[in-house]
Order: sequence, then structure tokens, then C-alpha cells
Amino acid sequence: MIEMRFHGRGGQGTVVASKILADALAKEGNFVQAYPEFGVERRGAPVFSFIRIDNKPIYDKSRIYAPDHVVVVDPTLVEAIDVTEGLKDGGWIIINSDKKPADFKFPAKFKVATINATEIAVRNKLGTLGAPIVNTAITGAIVKILNLTKLESLLEAIGDVITIKPQNNQKAAREAYEKA
Amino acid sequence: MKKVIMGNHALSYGAMLSRSQVIAAYPITPQTQVVELLSEMCADGTLQAKFIKVESEHSAMAACIGASAAGARAFTATSSQGLALMHEMLHWASGGRLPVVLGNINRAMAPGWTIWTDQNDSLSQRDTGWIQFYCASNQEVVDTVIQAFKVSEALAIPSMVVLDAFALSHTYEVVDIPDQAKVDAYLPPFNPPYRVTPDDPRAFGGLTGPEHYMELRYKLQKDMEKVPEMIERTGREYETTFGRYLGLVDDYLCDDAEIILVTSGTAGYTARVAVDEMRDRGLKVGNLRIKVFRPFPFEIVRRLTQSAKKIAVVDRNISYGHHGIFAQELKSAIYGHGGYKPVFGFIAGLGGRDITPASFREVVDTTISHERSEEEIVWIGVKK
Repeated sequence: MIEMRFHGRGGQGTVVASKILADALAKEGNFVQAYPEFGVERRGAPVFSFIRIDNKPIYDKSRIYAPDHVVVVDPTLVEAIDVTEGLKDGGWIIINSDKKPADFKFPAKFKVATINATEIAVRNKLGTLGAPIVNTAITGAIVKILNLTKLESLLEAIGDVITIKPQNNQKAAREAYEKA
Repeated sequence: MKKVIMGNHALSYGAMLSRSQVIAAYPITPQTQVVELLSEMCADGTLQAKFIKVESEHSAMAACIGASAAGARAFTATSSQGLALMHEMLHWASGGRLPVVLGNINRAMAPGWTIWTDQNDSLSQRDTGWIQFYCASNQEVVDTVIQAFKVSEALAIPSMVVLDAFALSHTYEVVDIPDQAKVDAYLPPFNPPYRVTPDDPRAFGGLTGPEHYMELRYKLQKDMEKVPEMIERTGREYETTFGRYLGLVDDYLCDDAEIILVTSGTAGYTARVAVDEMRDRGLKVGNLRIKVFRPFPFEIVRRLTQSAKKIAVVDRNISYGHHGIFAQELKSAIYGHGGYKPVFGFIAGLGGRDITPASFREVVDTTISHERSEEEIVWIGVKK
């Protein structure tokens, strides 16, 4: 079983990112469970979402405390909170950032990858310059780095889940996939 | 067709596939998406139903009662304070023998103000004469709504389909959405013997004196007693069509178990993870997830716990001044059947506190290390 945690801010589509990933993985016959932080969300405040992936039915309905990997949708959160809390040794930290992985000072037991999802989102006219919607781009990077699904399954899932500008979102995911 | 959907939408799909004809509801966190999707389905014609917006949950149930009395299949959904506000009307639906189906998202009662799960909202409605199903997965939610209509309409008793706030309501899982034509064959249109219609005027729920009232209640109880058999029969029928059996309980490794965990809701699935771990350690532990709480499935519970040495009931609820509510029920079910068996009553997870595999390890450790429960209630994860 793979367990992951997403860090974002309310309004960035963090929950939708985990939903898209769940959809793509389900298309390939996996069992998935995706859930948002249990509670109320406020725009701009730190939010979490979670996903479990397995090749057999998932019975564990408790929350995820020790994720295998974390995804940081909003790079400002790296300074604000401990995104590595509970992260298993050897786990990936995938960050939406224009910096290089080496620019982040995480313990060596973690692997770091960066993808400039904000730039990709802005160029594909997703959201606004001030509030770009980066969730689809980042899913492209995730499936590539973790080798989770075929790109086609992800693009199909984006087409199913996203109703506004689905093609732009698919293009953003593809670009991120190719760059990651 | 397989889809990744949230628990709330599983309720909506269940109501849609059952071809609900009237939906009356008032939004409340964490139930809102149930009626949001149903209102969209009504607006775009996916579901041919009358969607009635109301000003309170009391009115929502009143509208469902009116619709059901007129012969329409009626559905609503609510949670916590909303269910509490429906309380009077819940009696009216069951007393009127109206097979309304209600989805309830388990949310703890305020104060303190809360939106997180525990079962005190639905269990406070224990004696209203409703059938109560507690679900553990989104698949089970969709399937159970369809079965609930069938059972309710066959015996003229309303049903509550219950799921945990967030742990199920907002959790996305893969669900095999049943085929509409097959659902239609399984669940034919609602056709009650009597209905409110100007063509055949009758009195419904009129003044009933002491010479008749008791017989009405006797009949309600007698029909309640038929529910377990009806659930098993319609559950097998469902399995024939859809490949999934819908029973009264979900028993996991109970046959040779020395200790049986008695659980419900999503915690009843998490318990399986702990059972697997303990089996690996050589401990003979099983999990009996109670799916149908009302009517209480006495017979199957007695049979499955027969050979166990000890029983550990984990309640996500409490009857203040007594025990956890499932613990009470379990004791009452096995009393006088097959000699003395220690029952340990645990309370965990109130107000959305997490119940994890480690919680169940603690439960089993306590049960193993004591001859009998020294405390009336053993609290798990409480800051004393």
C-alpha cells in the first residue's frame, strides 16, 4: 500500500488533485481511497488531502499518519509548517517550486523533486496570475516521479473530473509529466 | 460501471438508481453533497423526481411522509442536529407505516459545536421504529439504499442508512455503480395497498383510542421481527444480480476466534486490519461488524459469538449513565444463551477522534489481560 499526503492552501485544488490521482489509479484497476482533511476549509489557509493506493481492498479507514510520500502544492508551506511530519524514510517530497531540489534543506533520508507547476499553470491559462490552479500540472509530475500510472490514464481522469478548460489542464499535466 | 465517488454521492446514486420520486431535504454539514448532487440530477432530468426545498429537517421529513402516503418513493438525508429536529416526524413515518428511506451522516451532537463523527445522533433515534443500517464503505452505501427501499416497502417500515462523517461521507472510493435496468428488475415501482388519493378517500393517522392503538404497535413489532429474514433474503437476491451479498452483519474470522471484536461503521473495517495483524501474531481474534442495528440481529450474533471466550464491544457512542449502546445490545442478545461470557465494553472515537488499528490492539490487549472487565466502560484514547 502507498499512502500520500498533499499540502496546499484552501482554493488551490489540493483535494481535487488527490481525487484526480485516485481516478487515474482506479482506471488501472487499483483500489484507492482519497479524502480531504476532516473539517472545514478556508481559502488561503493550509489544507491537507490524503490518498491510499493498493492492489487489494483497503479496509483501513483511519487517517494517514506516516505517509510514504508528500506533495507540496504551495511552496510557501515549506517555511510555514513541517511538511515532513511522519514521512517515512526514503519518501519523496514533491514540491511545486521554481527552485532546484538541492535548494531545500531537508534531511538526507528524504528524496526531493521540484516541478514548476505554477509556471505551467499560468502559461496554460489555469486560474489567474495571482491565484493559478496548479493541481493538474502537479499530478503529471507525481505520476512520473512515483511511476504510478500511465500518462494516458491521468489525462483521461482529468477529462472526467475537470469541467472547466479540460484540454488546458490535460496539456499542463502532460508538460509537467515530460519535465519531471 | 466503476466510478470513484465520495460517500455522500454514494447515497445520491443509491437514491437515483432506486428511482426516488420525491426528495425533500435541508442541507447540513457534512451531508450537503448528498442533496446537492440529487438536486442537479433532478434539474438535468437524470432523475425524474420532485425536489422539494424546505425550511427545516422537520419539514423535510413531513414532506417525505406526505409523499410516501400518496404512494411516492421518498428519500431524504440529514445529520446530527438535523436528525434530532426530525425526531417527532420519525415516529410519524414509522407509525404511519411509510417506507421512507433516510440517509444519515453520523455527526456528534453539540455542544461543543462539532461536525465530526460519532453515532449518538442516529442511536438517539433507536426507539422510533426505523430500521437502521450502518455502512463501512461507499459501495455498501449505494447497495444498501437500494436494498433498504426493497425491505422497507415490503414490510412498510422506514429505513435509515447511516455512514460516518468524513471517514465515509467525504472519502472517495471506487464504487461499482449498479446497472439501472438491473436495479429496476430488483426494485419494482412502489405500489402500496393504500394511498392518499381523492379517488379512494380514507383517514390516515386518525385518532386511535386505547381499543386499537396497542394492536397497531404490536403489528409494527411483529413486522420488525420479519426484517432480519427479509434482509437476508433480499441480500441474497442482490448477490445473485450484482455479486455482492448484503447481510445483517459482516463477520471476519469469527468461526475459531477466542476473542471477538464487535464493531460498527467505518471502525468495523479498520478493525479488520488489526485482526489481520493479531492473527499474524497467533492471536485468535475475529471481528463481527454489526451492519443492521435495528432490528438487532439477535440470532446471527448469538450464533457467531457462541464459541468465543470473550467479547470486546467497541462503541463510538455512549448512553450516559449506562454503557456504550452496542455493548448493551450485545449483552442483551447473548444473556441466557450458552452460559456466561465476559463482555468488555470500550468507548472510542467520540466527536471524530480517530479509531486506528492501534486502538484495536489496545482493546485486545486489555481483553486478553483481564478475566472480566473491571470497569463498566474502558475508554480508549481519552485524555483523563
